[in-house]
Amino acid sequence: MESMLAYYLRLGVRSLRRNPVLTVLMVLAIGVGVAASMTTYAVFRAVSANPLPDKSAQLFAPLIDVWGPQERGNGDDIPDAFTYTDAMALMRDRKAARQTAIYPLNHTLIPADVSREPFYVTGYAAYADFFPMFETPFVYGGGWNREQDDARAAVVVISSQLNQQLFGGANSVGRSVRLDDHDYRIVGVMADWNPRPRFYDVNNSGGFNDPPDFILPFTQAVDTHTDTAGNNNCYGSAGRDPGWDGWLRSNCVWVSLWVELPDSAAVQAYRDYLQGYGAEQNRAGRFHWPPNAQLFDLTQWLQHEKVVPPETRMSLLLSLGFLLVCLVNTVGLLLAKFMRRAGEIGVRRALGASRREIWTQYLAEAAMVGVAGGVVGLLLTGVGMLSIGLVFDPEIARMTHMSVGLIGLTLLCALVATVVAAFYPTWRAAHVQPAWQLKSQ
Amino acid sequence: MQIKPILAALRHHKAGTLLIAAQIALTLAIVCNALFIIHARLVRLHQPSGIDEASLLVIGNQWAGKPGSDQMASLMAADLDTLRKVPGVANVYATNTFPLGNGGMALGVSHSPDKLKSVTTSGIYFADENALATLGLKLVEGRNFRPDEIGQLDRQGYVKPDVVIITRALAALMFPQRSAIGQPIYISAKPSIVIGIVDELRTPWVDTSFAKWADYSTLIPYRELTPIVQYIVRVQPGQLDEVMHRVRAALYAANRLRVISPKDGVRSFAQVREQAYRDDRGMAILMSGISVILLLITGAGIVGLTSFWVGQRRKQIGVRRALGATRHDILSYFLTENLLIAVGGVVLGGVLAIGLNLWLMKQFELDRLAPGYLLAGVVTLLLLGQGAVLAPALRASRVPPVEATRSI
Repeated sequence: MESMLAYYLRLGVRSLRRNPVLTVLMVLAIGVGVAASMTTYAVFRAVSANPLPDKSAQLFAPLIDVWGPQERGNGDDIPDAFTYTDAMALMRDRKAARQTAIYPLNHTLIPADVSREPFYVTGYAAYADFFPMFETPFVYGGGWNREQDDARAAVVVISSQLNQQLFGGANSVGRSVRLDDHDYRIVGVMADWNPRPRFYDVNNSGGFNDPPDFILPFTQAVDTHTDTAGNNNCYGSAGRDPGWDGWLRSNCVWVSLWVELPDSAAVQAYRDYLQGYGAEQNRAGRFHWPPNAQLFDLTQWLQHEKVVPPETRMSLLLSLGFLLVCLVNTVGLLLAKFMRRAGEIGVRRALGASRREIWTQYLAEAAMVGVAGGVVGLLLTGVGMLSIGLVFDPEIARMTHMSVGLIGLTLLCALVATVVAAFYPTWRAAHVQPAWQLKSQ
Repeated sequence: MQIKPILAALRHHKAGTLLIAAQIALTLAIVCNALFIIHARLVRLHQPSGIDEASLLVIGNQWAGKPGSDQMASLMAADLDTLRKVPGVANVYATNTFPLGNGGMALGVSHSPDKLKSVTTSGIYFADENALATLGLKLVEGRNFRPDEIGQLDRQGYVKPDVVIITRALAALMFPQRSAIGQPIYISAKPSIVIGIVDELRTPWVDTSFAKWADYSTLIPYRELTPIVQYIVRVQPGQLDEVMHRVRAALYAANRLRVISPKDGVRSFAQVREQAYRDDRGMAILMSGISVILLLITGAGIVGLTSFWVGQRRKQIGVRRALGATRHDILSYFLTENLLIAVGGVVLGGVLAIGLNLWLMKQFELDRLAPGYLLAGVVTLLLLGQGAVLAPALRASRVPPVEATRSI
């Protein structure tokens, strides 16, 4: 049997050589179709990835309706962030296993060495629970604790990249950095850590930027009157008091909240708690509408925030349509190729070859086209990966790269697509009537 | 040319005919939707912002060390002074954002202090008496801000200007019956009197979800005292590159406690525009590339299948030639055959294209496909079919009558 397969493959090569133009055309069509699909799929996979697969089912983003239905147009969502007041109330109640309020910060870092110019750093204000909740890895030290949250401690966790830049990569725990007008004591240095999409900040950013340079206590950031570097949405703010405290008390939403809920009972309990909180605000006269609380798990949250850019989805669909046309094209060309040899098939059938043998022979030939198409597809996918930056956001382009999985998938996709395309032509070939063909000769 | 015998012959090649028709249909559906998207994106790429982009550059500056409000006001005044003295600088002002900047402040605009009754949302630009001249905005009615009207807004301050300058589009929306000059509008609890109307000034956002109010901009007479400030610099004609190289050094020489990114702290508006519309340009490139390759592959597929048919029918062609058919008859036979298949394909493709467009409209908030794109796609594919079939058809027409007597 093995020798028969080898024989079929040899026959296939000879047949493919007989019409080199047709063969090249098929191989190129499959290669281009597969490459376009694989390149856009790689981008799609990168942006729609689960950033924390082992933990995502336990991480939740709650939302409450702070502005009421009057603010919304038809079908609009409730605000996707918290007011300071509500975020602090939920943090105080501690109804989840872990919880953190978060907001993004911009600072200038003023190097101790006065000959060096200040530079720009970005980070987040968060609570101690942030690190265990999001499984932040550390190279030195670790996060701070809840007591330090309460004490509004001037501590900071920095990125390995910033640690490299400031301390040449040495253990800098215990040393201090100056962010604008305050000194912070370093308690931890994160390992390279940048879950993408950055689920805890997608309500402020696209979610694919460089990792944060630092994370410091929320309570400390509020204490030093540090503005949010993210969105600040206010509604009917006509009555807001001036200054920092006025802003904290206002109904402007700018704080993100994340909670860890280990099981479905905890999820239900938290849902009830949120609903109860809304009802309580209603009774207190702050909300004048029925409580409306929502609780998204991490993947739902990414969908709610529409993290996958429409361009990415659109180009993936376009490429799949393109692949479909390439396949229809291949079906036509294979049909032409196989049926041209109807006479030969007739002779072989008359000499005793079974349908099954014809199937094997022609599928083997198609599979060779598929493999060649896969190799071309692989080369073109490589070219595609290099030129992603031309078409997609550079932040997204940087996330996509050739992997073993992608190489395997490209080859497999080309092979499967071609064999599927060869099905109908082969079926036709196998049903050539031996007698008929001989007669017409 | 008689169509009946062609149709009869096609019945013998059902599968091949259907495959070509299907390929044409799918190609048409994809290509005309792609063309439509490409055109929409290209239109966006060249959407005027209303400002004189060719003579402008923008400097993003962040003060280091978190200076207080008073200190920031004097730092900003000093910077504006420094910039004015840079050779080649024609004018300058400080603001929060700029057209194509993709960030900033938006406020509801109403006829009363009641925020719930806002007529529209408006993009808010911080401006001073130099803003109009710097940006090259044409005042179509009213007057510019006076230096004594320019206020200062602290961090967490609350915008409540006495006077505003608005765009013509916003003026027409708020006061369709009369001139907006001298009328109050409400972007805060306090009335703001419209003192000037500029011709065109787009809001800072390019995202299509902001398109509804993209023409409704409001200039307010404030300097924003936040650590991050944008300086918009107008350069003298032909000096953009020189000034771009000078400004960063000039500002650092005056005061080092700041951050102006060496990478993108100073940008020309050509760069700003390029970055703002990068996704659109990317989509246009991708769609064009795929459309062109798709057409090539479909054309090549037609060449391949028709060549096969010609090869298969050499004997019949020989018989027809022997019976008196001219070469021209044979050529037009194959051209007509392809035309029939292609017409079938584009009819099906037209339906598919509209279906695809309806689905895309739902998924991606696209507009309805304009009939022109469908027509362009149909013409392209019919021509492509005829062009692709030409070579094999010519080969067929050259089959000699003597072929009829040969047996394989």
